[in-house]
Amino acid sequence: MRLLDFLFPERRNTALVARDRLKIVLAHERASRDAPDFLPALQQELLDVVGRYVEIRDDMLRVNVASAGETSLLEINVELDGANIKPVKNGAAAETKPKPRPVPIARPDPSSPPPWVKPG
Amino acid sequence: MAAKVIVLTSGKGGVGKTTSAAAVAAGLALRGHRTVVIDFDVGLRNLDLIMGCERRVVFDFINVINGDAKLNQALIKDKRNDSLYVFPTSQTRDKDALKRDGVERVLDELKETFDYIVCDSPAGIEHGAITALYFADVAIIVTNPEVSSVRDSDRIIGILASKSRRAERNMDPVAVHLLLTRYSPERVDRGEMLAIEDVKEILSIPMLGVIPESESVLRASNTGTPVVFDPESAAGQAYLDAVGRLLGEQREMRFLKTERRSFFRTLFGRA
Repeated sequence: MRLLDFLFPERRNTALVARDRLKIVLAHERASRDAPDFLPALQQELLDVVGRYVEIRDDMLRVNVASAGETSLLEINVELDGANIKPVKNGAAAETKPKPRPVPIARPDPSSPPPWVKPG
Repeated sequence: MAAKVIVLTSGKGGVGKTTSAAAVAAGLALRGHRTVVIDFDVGLRNLDLIMGCERRVVFDFINVINGDAKLNQALIKDKRNDSLYVFPTSQTRDKDALKRDGVERVLDELKETFDYIVCDSPAGIEHGAITALYFADVAIIVTNPEVSSVRDSDRIIGILASKSRRAERNMDPVAVHLLLTRYSPERVDRGEMLAIEDVKEILSIPMLGVIPESESVLRASNTGTPVVFDPESAAGQAYLDAVGRLLGEQREMRFLKTERRSFFRTLFGRA
């Protein structure tokens, strides 16, 4: 058999590999193509906040916008390593009294009041 | 008939946009349609060479946009076909010379004279490529059966759907067609090249034509003759079929089977 394999090497069908790789990469790119421009910034800020409490890597938090008909859905998926949540050492969760800290909030106009302030 | 603006675009460079633009424009002219082919690749003029009129360029697209020359001073009439005109681009390095309102004005003027305005887009997704596709009614996506070309084509299809004038004005979308070039049935049979069905399935747009990899394409560009003028060229025939389909005809796909070449043809034959 080894001799046969040597004489007639089975050539890998690389075209199929190309097809499958393209399908995967394009599915991903099409999903993010129509996404609003603020998504990367939103994802980074969410990562910062979650990262203050639990150990998290960049690829464990995904933000997506999907729309169907009249409805848009902002989808935030946070996947955590393993079965147990690992709190960050000396992170915000370990502090007995959480310090009041200025929370960075993205607002279109910094001078305008935040949306939860009642006008007047 | 209202004039139609056809853009040949791809995202990726070197896939055969200019060759295809020259072939499609010449094919439309051979069918009796008054056709002009415009080079949008400002700074990297090449359509003139492919069309064989490089020594007759006096004024260019940017001259006309800036009002330094009249349209009929810049248009070059093809010596082989009375219905065919070439509109060369400028060699300026100023990429922003291609102003959108100026392009619109020139295209509107061309629409009074011509049936088809074929736009040869530069590679990439920068200003020149976006300007070339912005006014399109029809887009021909030139794609090679190869991963990077297919991916870039997908990106350009997305841009056509969102950034073209038809998209911005909520008009009927640009009619998008796939033109698969440099296709080699032998390599597909060996499992080395993406097959037509794969590319069609991935990009999911209608197939306008498949152009076989052919030595005649390089011969055509060497001599500055659009490949459709070579009656012996399989690629030329495939382009003419594609033009027929563009005009709404039903044409069977040809040149997709592995050809068994006789020993004699291998020795003396032409591709």
